[in-house]
Amino acid sequence: MNIALPDARRKNSTSARSLVRIVIVGHVDHGKSTLIGRLLHETGSLPDGKLDSLKAISARRGVSFEWSFLLDALQTERDQGITIDTSQIRFRTSSRDIVLIDAPGHTEFLRNMITGASQADAAILIVDANEGIREQTRRHGYLLHLLGIRQLAVVINKMDRVDFSPARFQEIRGEIEALGLKPAAVIPISARNGDGVARRTAPIAWHDGPTVLEALDGFVPATSLDELPLRLPVQAVYRMEYRVIAGRIESGQLSVGDDIVVMPGNKVARVKSIEAWPAPQGLPPVRSAGAGQSIGITLDRELFVDRGDLIASQSIPPGTGRTLRARIFWLHPTSLGIGTRVIVRSGTAETVGVVRAVNNAVDPANLNIVAHDVLAPNHVADVEIALARPLAADPHTDNPATGRIVIELSDRIAGGGLVLGLNPTEREPAGAHADLAAEAAYLAEIYRPLSPAERLARLRRDLGGRVVFTTSFGLEDQAITHLLCEQNIDVELITLDTGRLFNETYSLWAETERRYGRRIRALYPSRRNLEALIAEQGINGFFESKSARLACCHVRKIEPLERALSGAHAWITGLRAEQSAFRKDLALVTAERDRGLIKINPLFDQTRKQILELVSKHAVPVNTLHSKGFASIGCAPCTRAISSGEPERAGRWWWEEQGSQECGLHTRRR
Amino acid sequence: MNRLDDLESQSVFIFREAYARLKNIALLWSLGKDSNVMIWLARKAFFGRMPFPVMHVDTGKKFPEMYAFRERYSREWALNLLVEQCPPLDAVDPTLPPAARSAARKTEGLKLALAKHGFDGLIAGIRRDEEPTRAKERVFSLRGTEGGWDVRDQPPEFWNHFNASPPRGAHVRVHPILHWTEADIWSYTRREGIPIIPLYLAQNGKRYRSLGDADITSPVASNATTIDQIVEELDVTRVAERSGRAMDHESEDAFERLRVSGYL
Repeated sequence: MNIALPDARRKNSTSARSLVRIVIVGHVDHGKSTLIGRLLHETGSLPDGKLDSLKAISARRGVSFEWSFLLDALQTERDQGITIDTSQIRFRTSSRDIVLIDAPGHTEFLRNMITGASQADAAILIVDANEGIREQTRRHGYLLHLLGIRQLAVVINKMDRVDFSPARFQEIRGEIEALGLKPAAVIPISARNGDGVARRTAPIAWHDGPTVLEALDGFVPATSLDELPLRLPVQAVYRMEYRVIAGRIESGQLSVGDDIVVMPGNKVARVKSIEAWPAPQGLPPVRSAGAGQSIGITLDRELFVDRGDLIASQSIPPGTGRTLRARIFWLHPTSLGIGTRVIVRSGTAETVGVVRAVNNAVDPANLNIVAHDVLAPNHVADVEIALARPLAADPHTDNPATGRIVIELSDRIAGGGLVLGLNPTEREPAGAHADLAAEAAYLAEIYRPLSPAERLARLRRDLGGRVVFTTSFGLEDQAITHLLCEQNIDVELITLDTGRLFNETYSLWAETERRYGRRIRALYPSRRNLEALIAEQGINGFFESKSARLACCHVRKIEPLERALSGAHAWITGLRAEQSAFRKDLALVTAERDRGLIKINPLFDQTRKQILELVSKHAVPVNTLHSKGFASIGCAPCTRAISSGEPERAGRWWWEEQGSQECGLHTRRR
Repeated sequence: MNRLDDLESQSVFIFREAYARLKNIALLWSLGKDSNVMIWLARKAFFGRMPFPVMHVDTGKKFPEMYAFRERYSREWALNLLVEQCPPLDAVDPTLPPAARSAARKTEGLKLALAKHGFDGLIAGIRRDEEPTRAKERVFSLRGTEGGWDVRDQPPEFWNHFNASPPRGAHVRVHPILHWTEADIWSYTRREGIPIIPLYLAQNGKRYRSLGDADITSPVASNATTIDQIVEELDVTRVAERSGRAMDHESEDAFERLRVSGYL
């Protein structure tokens, strides 16, 4: 309902006045709706005839005058004398426009209290002077904090019932502070009679703080999140003459020319334009936008971007991960237990998740820890959820907007809360992959008849957890990188930079990132191991013996690889059986028991000719050394060109015995 | 951001959510000031295009000026216009008071249109400040398979996350301007130069603040002959916006009964 205030008859335009949203919370029957009715009456904000109609409604129901009928508009609310659903009403003070949000105080309707309170900048917590603090007082006080509402005033209502006793007022004030709440003011009032609402009446002359109206005037709109790093959840991509990425900036600012990253895929690009309709007349095009603005942008390169992606600042990107830790309130009638399958929403992203842990479940009505492993309706707990797809988000302490999530159960919003953290790997419960070999055999059977592109395309349907592709920028690796990036498959791209690669390989690395708009994560040898190796065998000691060469391979490649694969569920490689005698028995999918993962070689059955055709057809960038006779390319000192007719890997460690040229990366026992 | 930019941005966000999350939606165009603002906001959200149909559920009793407006702007704005007729009065719940019963024809027309087109989402231009039961609405409001509103069992909605998965055969009412006020609508109409039906401007000391069926809608006393004057008038008025809509005032529960059974 909208109500204009004649006392505030003023010329300044509505849009220049600040608008503050204030929720009134507290235990059932402590007087929330009455306070709202009284505030509107005291400020002369009711439309003509409203008071008379409320009197008539009260009389018809045989009750004394009820202010609450103003907002409790539903018949069941009026019949039962309780607020069921949240409502909003506007009025003005001399300094600002206020939206008052009425929130139900009944436990059964906590979901409606959350709905109302989540929209507020500030809160008033109302306590009955007679009854003192009750369970909803504590529950609402606790939830305000989780909802991120930091501005609070407490009113002690029905002071007329305790003879306006300052002692009783002080007693309740003490109990409020004992709850850990830090209100800006505690105000003695009688909402029914008007004491303390707009006027400091005689019975509360002893009160030296503000009236309710003065407290409302002290609240300010929630601060803009302009100063935080850019976070722009993608709502949609509209295909017009060009593709426009649409979304609302949740935090930070964005300007044309800014470097951004699209998470969780780690794809980089630069903002090319900000789109607007209708085009500004006689004004230059929009060049920048800030938090809260719904915008459309274009990027300087063709990236696959979709709803659910989070566009972010490159210098301070959000965290990503598959294990979400969050502190949530639960509003669904059935409890949340370990193993429950839910949908997690964050920004515009949504993913299926399975609850792995529930800790420290608290009933905010009494603030006791009541349970572990299960979260009952209207309780709060820390949960850990394993996600089917990686999520990009921030801890709530870093960013209130992207630091919160909503949980859906059976197609309804069922809970929500604060992001405590994201872990990169899903913590698999013991025994979940006890039989890796069976999983590998199963996947091999499904994938064998498929093309390499199809194998990669359905990977994410079959495999949870982290999937890692390690590339050394060889022909096969480039083909896989192309297939992964073009199909936007959620796989981590990792390369192992040994420090001894060809200049041509580094150029190709940079070119590949440019082409696919995606950063390839590089892992490096441990500094301590490398320094020890060089101290022991010298800078080119690997030529001396095979054991020295393997030691070098271990430090520069194997140890970083183990880090890359740690915690991964699956590892994709570009191996082909045709590459060498050693690889002739290569399988499509194998179980690497000692690494605890599935190894997938999607090109295992492809010929070099087929790979060459694929890369040339799609103009995939390849190493310029290939045209100079290099077939398989590794570290510069250990690779040479081969002549035609020689096996592909003959140029690797050419001084060693032919046929076993492996660094050890792919030679573990299965 | 100033107030109007803030309102616009939130509405654009809601439009894009509705279009992304629901499969088959339409915008309910009543031809009034609020739904005209909605069409404008939708074109902002989709960069000038209107990617879903606009539906007028026609009682056949609108003012001639409203029909003229519909014909002109459905062409000018390149709208995919669906006009659906309402059933006659005797098809409507006879226990409703006369004006509410007349208005309820639109509810029945809406049900028929839903069944015909299979929409899972309808975009409606209601606002919280119009009326106390509308003040209790969600932005995405789930409706039953009969189009009814179960006010006792609304799921929670917070942090701009919406319930957008109606059961099969049911639909969601999406309310992109729920948070706007009457004064916001006029300030925005003025700023953006959105066309209006001239009935909103005063003639002979009277103007319409809210437009419905010609036989159950009356004008209010006003001298506002320009939008500027309307904005000024609203700054000081103590008369409720829907005071000229007969069905709101016949009995205490008339409007709630209309809404629970599917009225806007």
